[in-house]
Amino acid sequence: MSTQTITQKPQSDELENGILFPSKVMLDLHDLKKVYPTPKGDYVVLEHLNLQIMKEEFVTIIGHSGCGKTTMLSMIAGLNPISGGNIAVLGNPVKGPGPDRGVIFQSPSLMPWMTALQNVMLGVNQVFPHATKAQRKDIAKYYLQKVGLEGAFNKKATELSQGMQQRVGIARAFAIKPQVLLLDEPFGMLDSLTRGELQDTLIEIWNKEKITAVMITHDVDEAIFLADRVVMMTSGPRAKIGDTLSIDFERPRTRKTVLEHPDYYKYRKHLIDFLEH
Amino acid sequence: MKQSLTLNKVTRFMGFGTLKPFTALFTGKVQKEDILTILKKFIVPIASILLFIGLWHAGSRALFNMEADYKIEKALTDQGQKAANEMKACIASGDISCQPNTLPSPTQVWASFQTLLKDHKVISADKLAFKEKTAAMNEKRVAAGQDPITYTGRPSFVDQIFTSLKTVFAGFLLALLIAVPIGIVIGLSETLRSSFNWLIQIFKPVSPVVWLLLVFMIVKTMTKDSNQDSAFIISFISVGLCSMWATLVNTAMGVSSVDKDYINVAKVLKLGAFQKVFKVILPSSLPLIFTGLRITLSVAWMVLIAIELLAQSPGLGSFVWEEFQNGANDSNSKIIVAMFVIGLIGFLLDRIMLTIQKMVSFNKNEGL
Ligand SMILES: Nc1ncnc2c1ncn2[C@@H]1O[C@H](COP(=O)(O)OP(=O)(O)OP(=O)(O)O)[C@@H](O)[C@H]1O
Ligand SMILES: [Mg+2]
Repeated sequence: MSTQTITQKPQSDELENGILFPSKVMLDLHDLKKVYPTPKGDYVVLEHLNLQIMKEEFVTIIGHSGCGKTTMLSMIAGLNPISGGNIAVLGNPVKGPGPDRGVIFQSPSLMPWMTALQNVMLGVNQVFPHATKAQRKDIAKYYLQKVGLEGAFNKKATELSQGMQQRVGIARAFAIKPQVLLLDEPFGMLDSLTRGELQDTLIEIWNKEKITAVMITHDVDEAIFLADRVVMMTSGPRAKIGDTLSIDFERPRTRKTVLEHPDYYKYRKHLIDFLEH
Repeated sequence: MKQSLTLNKVTRFMGFGTLKPFTALFTGKVQKEDILTILKKFIVPIASILLFIGLWHAGSRALFNMEADYKIEKALTDQGQKAANEMKACIASGDISCQPNTLPSPTQVWASFQTLLKDHKVISADKLAFKEKTAAMNEKRVAAGQDPITYTGRPSFVDQIFTSLKTVFAGFLLALLIAVPIGIVIGLSETLRSSFNWLIQIFKPVSPVVWLLLVFMIVKTMTKDSNQDSAFIISFISVGLCSMWATLVNTAMGVSSVDKDYINVAKVLKLGAFQKVFKVILPSSLPLIFTGLRITLSVAWMVLIAIELLAQSPGLGSFVWEEFQNGANDSNSKIIVAMFVIGLIGFLLDRIMLTIQKMVSFNKNEGL
């Protein structure tokens, strides 16, 4: 029972009956604006951006390079100040970064002087300060096993391949039990085979944890395969949400069933038409 | 085979190149490349050393002849033909009293080196004898609350080396203790960095001599009524102050330029200030800190000699100075011996630091 309390999801579950939160909105971006001051005057990256993301939803975001996807995600993460409008997580305005919003960066950004286990422990120690050391270790090991790294607990981050490093990144993000997981092109640097494997790992662990995920990707197929909803951003400056597309494949999905689904090419065409516009 | 492999690793780690071609020689599998490597890595360096000694020998020979001619000439103009002939004969006979005093030859230096070693043996034996002789008496003195009698004879060359090493390590430690914490604090705060920058830029290029004088002013007053070894204190503090700047600058740079990704990770995990500094910032700036410490140690060793020479504190620097003042006929060659010893120790210290630096750097694959 004692470990149960640790692995339990914070707050949101109890509040789900529609009493405290009338809607099931996890993330609410309202009239969001971002301005970067530059030597040649202000550069408005995002303006009038509105987006709502539901609890336990998996949303992928596509858009042209430089349109402001990373900017938006880092604002949700609280790493980048908001110029106008607001962002709310479960109704609470974002004031800064915090472990309720886990981030998986494009580069694995593991501490190279630590082992895989230590990297995951760094977050676990922070989020479960009252658990015993053994319990925290168990949590970290559990997630490393989940991403397929049972044999590499004590390997230094530099001794791991890119794909394995990003697996540690996934384990680190899930191990802190976030309510929202933010992913910025997490598989962009990997070859297509490794990328497929990591997509499977990600979706498997996400299925189990049932958290909200927002993932930026450049890969249309990846966007469709993972998402409940694909959000398309217009090109900058003053980018906003251009269109959204619900992906109604049932879960669990396999790559084969998705590719063979009659709607697949319809979805794909929709996204590509938007991007080529 | 295993042993030679680890030996290989060690030598390569220390930066002395590979021994593989030699193992090839012994295992009998000599290939053309191995011969080429042996030629490049061992024959050529040895040849260059021989060439260096040859040139040195020829140079000192020429200088010797110049000085001798000058001496004979002088005797001729001052005292006439007879004196000149006597001088010539005297020089030829190798009599110490009239030898031209100039750049010593390699053989003279080697001889002096051995003299110094012999001298060290004599002094050590002397010291030991002194210790045995005074042991009983000292025990009594200590029991009676008096200071024990210590050996006050002339230090040997080897003693001087150890004194210098002691001073340089004390100075290095001081530099480390001052520069690393300040560097971290400055590195963490942009404001502090810009406000302290001018101070660093102004003090960094100040010559060791000035630091010595400054430290002298302060320490002299502070140790006035204690019988501490103020020469040692003055020289190690000066060494520390001269050499700490590289570490200060590098630490501040390392701390301020931590990969933004790591900082973001720390932010997302909401690490506390202590955790952030000790788990993220310091480990990631360790390689740069050690680069700074390596420079600091080599600067410390370089200025130490000059500072000892000026401060008249015991060590290799004052050894060189005393020999120069002394002007005995083998003084010059002793100075050259000291020069080689100083260079060699400096090189070894740098190698040790390089090894440590390689051990703490987490990107082992990246060249330094
Ligand atoms: N700190 C900054 N200061 C000024 N301009 C910035 C800054 N960060 C980003 N920008 C600009 O804002 C725009 C959006 O950048 P952002 O990184 O969010 O794009 P992106 O959609 O993530 O692109 P990509 O798909 O290539 O990752 C770009 O034009 C970029 O040059
Ligand atoms: Mg981006």
